[in-house]
Amino acid sequence: MNFEFSDDLMQLRDQARRYLAEHCTSKHVRAVLEGEKSYDGALWQGMADMGWLGAAIGEEYGGAGLGHEGLCVLAEEIGRAAAPVPFSSSIYLAAEAVMIAGSEEQKRRLLRGFAAGMHIGTLAWAEGSGNPRVGAFTPRLAGGKLSGVKWPVPDGGSADLCVVAAQNEAGQPILVLADLRAGGVTRTMLETVDPARPQARLVFDGCAAEQLGAAGEGFALLERVLNRAAVLIAFEQIGGASVCLEMATAYAQERYAFGRPIGGYQAIKHKLADVYIANELARSNAYFGAWALQTDAAELPLAAASARVSACEAYHLASKENIQTHGGMGFTWAADCHLYYRRSKLLGLTIGSAGFWKNRVVDALQTSNAA
Amino acid sequence: MDFEDSTDEAAFRGRARAFLAANAQLKSEAKPVSRGRHIRAEEIALAKDWQARKYAAGFAGITWPKRWGGLELPPIFTVIYQQEEEAYAVPRGVFEIGLGMCIPTMMAYATPEQLERYVGPALRGEEVWCQLFSEPAGGSDVAALRTKAERDGTDWVINGQKIWTSGAHYCDFGIIVTRSDPTVPKHAGLTFFFLDMKSPGVECRPIKQISGTSQFNEVFFTDVRVPDAQRLGAVGAGWKVSITTLMNERLAIGDVPRPDVTDLVALAKMIDLDGAPAINNSAVRERIAEWHCRTQGLKFTRFRTMTALSRGQTPGPENSIAKVVNASKLQDIASYGLDLMGAAGMVMDDDLAPLHALFQEGLMFSPGLRIAGGTDEILRNIIAERVLNLPGDIRVDKDKAFNQVSHGKR
Repeated sequence: MNFEFSDDLMQLRDQARRYLAEHCTSKHVRAVLEGEKSYDGALWQGMADMGWLGAAIGEEYGGAGLGHEGLCVLAEEIGRAAAPVPFSSSIYLAAEAVMIAGSEEQKRRLLRGFAAGMHIGTLAWAEGSGNPRVGAFTPRLAGGKLSGVKWPVPDGGSADLCVVAAQNEAGQPILVLADLRAGGVTRTMLETVDPARPQARLVFDGCAAEQLGAAGEGFALLERVLNRAAVLIAFEQIGGASVCLEMATAYAQERYAFGRPIGGYQAIKHKLADVYIANELARSNAYFGAWALQTDAAELPLAAASARVSACEAYHLASKENIQTHGGMGFTWAADCHLYYRRSKLLGLTIGSAGFWKNRVVDALQTSNAA
Repeated sequence: MDFEDSTDEAAFRGRARAFLAANAQLKSEAKPVSRGRHIRAEEIALAKDWQARKYAAGFAGITWPKRWGGLELPPIFTVIYQQEEEAYAVPRGVFEIGLGMCIPTMMAYATPEQLERYVGPALRGEEVWCQLFSEPAGGSDVAALRTKAERDGTDWVINGQKIWTSGAHYCDFGIIVTRSDPTVPKHAGLTFFFLDMKSPGVECRPIKQISGTSQFNEVFFTDVRVPDAQRLGAVGAGWKVSITTLMNERLAIGDVPRPDVTDLVALAKMIDLDGAPAINNSAVRERIAEWHCRTQGLKFTRFRTMTALSRGQTPGPENSIAKVVNASKLQDIASYGLDLMGAAGMVMDDDLAPLHALFQEGLMFSPGLRIAGGTDEILRNIIAERVLNLPGDIRVDKDKAFNQVSHGKR
């Protein structure tokens, strides 16, 4: 039994935590949250220089070849820091989509740019409300030009390459890679619950685009990308949920009411014990997801859905009870509680909400026929 | 990450598998059993026989010293055996307390001569032990117990009442914590003994539970004489000895009580809801998914604990969540299963109720699981205080003589 990250990856975790403690404080998060910039460019460059962006990209494509367990470890730290960078969009979604669906030529041409941080990628699946489903994707690729509307698109304002769930001229579902630098796209920034991770509405009108993967397999490819992203985002979520519990616990030890620390009252103790329980369940499910992702196991759809459902539940609970434990102070703009409350909801929605993934858990259970 | 055993672990697992396959019936091929059922005399005989076979095959006392008949292996091997045994319908509920809590406490405090006398018979399944801690006035606050022990020459005389003692009526020996000095604060006035359950003055009365069955007893002590030689630990050190026992309780890793998610999936396939199998209903699917994630979360939490054990490290506190999650989950799954059945959910008739009334039995058994071995509330306090380092509760009785503390009417 070896159900823990290797010593090397533990060291990577420590390095990442130290780096982010210095270069990604709440001041950095707030700079993006308050609209000074669309992401933290210096932090992004730092992540590229340290090889984080290419952690799971093979060395032959310009990556560090650490594998997906390495990326999971980094994701947890990025989640702890609530880092205001397009990491999830560019790496978990766009780069993964190219690795899953791209031709050898596309991989050679594109992955190096993602690993170096030269390109920012993203994935556009949503078209307003609703979760991913077959037949729901309306943008159309015809003659190398894409037309249609997608929103919300994570990092849609800063991305230069966008994987789009679309259809071909025959109406078959396909994934395409649109080049947002080439014109033919109008971007409108959206007001959202977490401005530290900006979202956009993209209107494609003859935007240059190339097909990713086989025609007709678009939805299956999208599902594979989402399964992989679900595990990685789960690590961001448990990172954030862990910080919420640490913040709430520290505050409950220091804050006095009725002559003693509020953390001595069972109303607070039991609440935080419940947060601990939810966090541990989510962590354990995420670890199984990491194993399934690293080994590309047949269990990945079930492991990913379980990791996501657990992580959504844990982060929501931890972030709201962190505010509650802080009382009125927790509701102020000045306290950092809201950075995590916002992020918990954003991450809980960005690749489809918990209900969608719960359904996928049971789908996978019925397929594997082993509950 | 991987789930591979080391060479030694794999060899041990292989031996355990072969032993179980040759000697026990798979749960999947046996009639489902909830844990709420009364243990009858013939089942005690079966349990004793099973324990004897386990001992003979080398799967009893896996971590215990060889000197006392154990195998002296690291704790990971116990977990491996339990993992394998979980798939089988073997007798459970007779030896767990004796071998998991009583004998380990004896090993820490009894004399070599006493260990020579008692460990072997317990390990071979010849003698059964029980634990006498809880009292009507000392449940979660077990140190508030009142059963008196008074010195009389080379004996102690015990008077009082214990409660919630599993299997007291068929046990041969018990470990007991008593109040030997009521004039000092509660933790300081306790003394610990082991005793013969057949001693004159010991009377067991079964407690009828809300499930209608009786797994637990009240045990009354009237002038029961126990030799001082059967004292474990110093006079007044009973609390410290009790902690040894309770620490061993936390190491015991429980199986997943049924009905579990697998049973609920099976039920949801059988039940018709609005003209289609309930498993197709999105509200049903959401609940199944939530409980699946909790079940798997606990399973993989146990894997993390096993990883630490396998590496020879002390596990982190993560496994402390297991019982509190399992107990409520059981109650919720059982209740939801009945809801799915509609009005028929109230029917417990073994022939009519799906899965031999497993859900109905679970409903009536689950409240006990949320209380036994640490209530949900005490377990949350333990997580908050020991894991999160939050302050302890206010204890107004901490520095007062026990006989000066108010006791209330219940």
